[in-house]
Amino acid sequence: MAVTTYSGAEQYNFEVVKKFGVMSIVWAMVGMFVGVYIASELAWPFLNFDSPYISFGRFRPVHTTTVIFGFGGSALFATSYYVVQRTCQTRLISDGMASFTFWGWMAVIALADVSYMLGYTQSREYAEMEWPIDILIEIVWVTYLILFVGTIMRRKQPHIYVANWFYVSFILATALLHTFNNLAVPINLFSMKSYSLFSGVQDAMTQWWYGHNAVGFFLTAAFLGMMYYFVPKQAGRPIYSYRLSIVHFWALSFMYMWVGAHHLHWTALPDWTSSLAAAFSILLLMPSWGGMINGIMTLSGAWDKLRTDPIMRFMIVALSFYGMSTFEGPMMSLKEVNALSHYTDWTVGHVHSGALGWVAMISFGSLYHMMPKLWDTKMYSRKLIEWHFWLATIGIVLYIVAMWISGITQGLMWRAFDQFGNLQYSFVESVAAMHPFYAMRAIGGMFFLTGMLTMAFNMFMTIRQGKRESAALEAKLASKLAHA
Amino acid sequence: MWFSKPENTKPLGLVIFFVTFIGIVIYVYGSKKRSDQLESYRNIPFIDDEEDTKDKQ
Repeated sequence: MAVTTYSGAEQYNFEVVKKFGVMSIVWAMVGMFVGVYIASELAWPFLNFDSPYISFGRFRPVHTTTVIFGFGGSALFATSYYVVQRTCQTRLISDGMASFTFWGWMAVIALADVSYMLGYTQSREYAEMEWPIDILIEIVWVTYLILFVGTIMRRKQPHIYVANWFYVSFILATALLHTFNNLAVPINLFSMKSYSLFSGVQDAMTQWWYGHNAVGFFLTAAFLGMMYYFVPKQAGRPIYSYRLSIVHFWALSFMYMWVGAHHLHWTALPDWTSSLAAAFSILLLMPSWGGMINGIMTLSGAWDKLRTDPIMRFMIVALSFYGMSTFEGPMMSLKEVNALSHYTDWTVGHVHSGALGWVAMISFGSLYHMMPKLWDTKMYSRKLIEWHFWLATIGIVLYIVAMWISGITQGLMWRAFDQFGNLQYSFVESVAAMHPFYAMRAIGGMFFLTGMLTMAFNMFMTIRQGKRESAALEAKLASKLAHA
Repeated sequence: MWFSKPENTKPLGLVIFFVTFIGIVIYVYGSKKRSDQLESYRNIPFIDDEEDTKDKQ
């Protein structure tokens, strides 16, 4: 390890980090609001107001795209640019390219959301954008790859810190997944519609190869990169085991690509393919838990921080949810469990224990650590961070408990037979049984959204405070210079 | 061609990936000197803290 000197924070491009950081909070508010709204539509259907633009079918991809790519994506751009510069001790290779990735990515999210509401979708889950938007994503993403790898190549620190490995794998894998999942032939140059290059079961296979690896590399590897930098920084102590982080990285990279087919158990997919996916899903438990233990044990000897530091609490709870959802996932990939859980709300609950519990909580913790540093100040209110933590935690618990009960109830009702071998319940009876849990889920979402609004207010006040402090400092310096 | 048949290349791929992974584990944990070297990289995120402090001073 080399210790090199540098000339201070102005050496880095923090402007793009600030922009992405702020927009991650903006997209989080929009995406989570839409999430609460569609959850409420399921509980109280009059909220559709007979309008196609805000009906569940069109609003659902607005929610998923805005929270995954708007909030999660912007948080990843922000933290990856921050981490790569600080750990490589060099500036991003091009300010123009950095700015292009920001405006390009914002355009992608805005165009995708508007096009969904107008009814345009290519019906591929988490990749609903039509082909012109896909091309824009491709251009932005390749620019991001060149910028990130180019910055690493220009580093002053000889070793590439492990967080950057995770970020690079996320960028590379996402480029690969996006390209192959969206291979399609447009109907004509002036039409938004296109034909997929794949059909039938191959189409489904490609979709879930993409879908699960989006979870694996976008929502897991990338946020692990965030974890490997921000948990040690916030804890004030290095990661528990650097060697374990290397094995964690390679084990995840080798195994994740195989597991997508567990989304297609009991379908036209060949049996061996989904069995292989289930076997690799079980194997994945080991690296996942290795990473979780590595993160949590970083606090070894400083457990009191859990009581005293709400930001640390966000991070450790995030790691706990990471451990929990990476146990639940392999369990649900077992064919017998999947026969009960698939197509039910249990899957929705599982996704949200990962998305809210892991992805959102580690992002909140990292943003609370990073944003005040960018404006060279302290967080405006520590009390509001505490409030945010509890609102978010209660919201997640309400959400996932509701979905566990609802999902298992659905699964059991759908497979129940009477004494004559007929289905015991009609579908609508199972829908009626879900109603209290749909209301409970919407209320859980409201808690989470309220926490998010608290964070947004706290961040707004922090940024304002930072700007005022810096203006006061500049005025003081100017007056000193004038009197010198 | 032998390698154009999936029933040949799949087990070959498995062997290559498995051996590579075991190689990585041996590389990471196999030598005390290398272990110490690798563990020293844990401190990379904290290098800029020292510099920040110097800047402020």
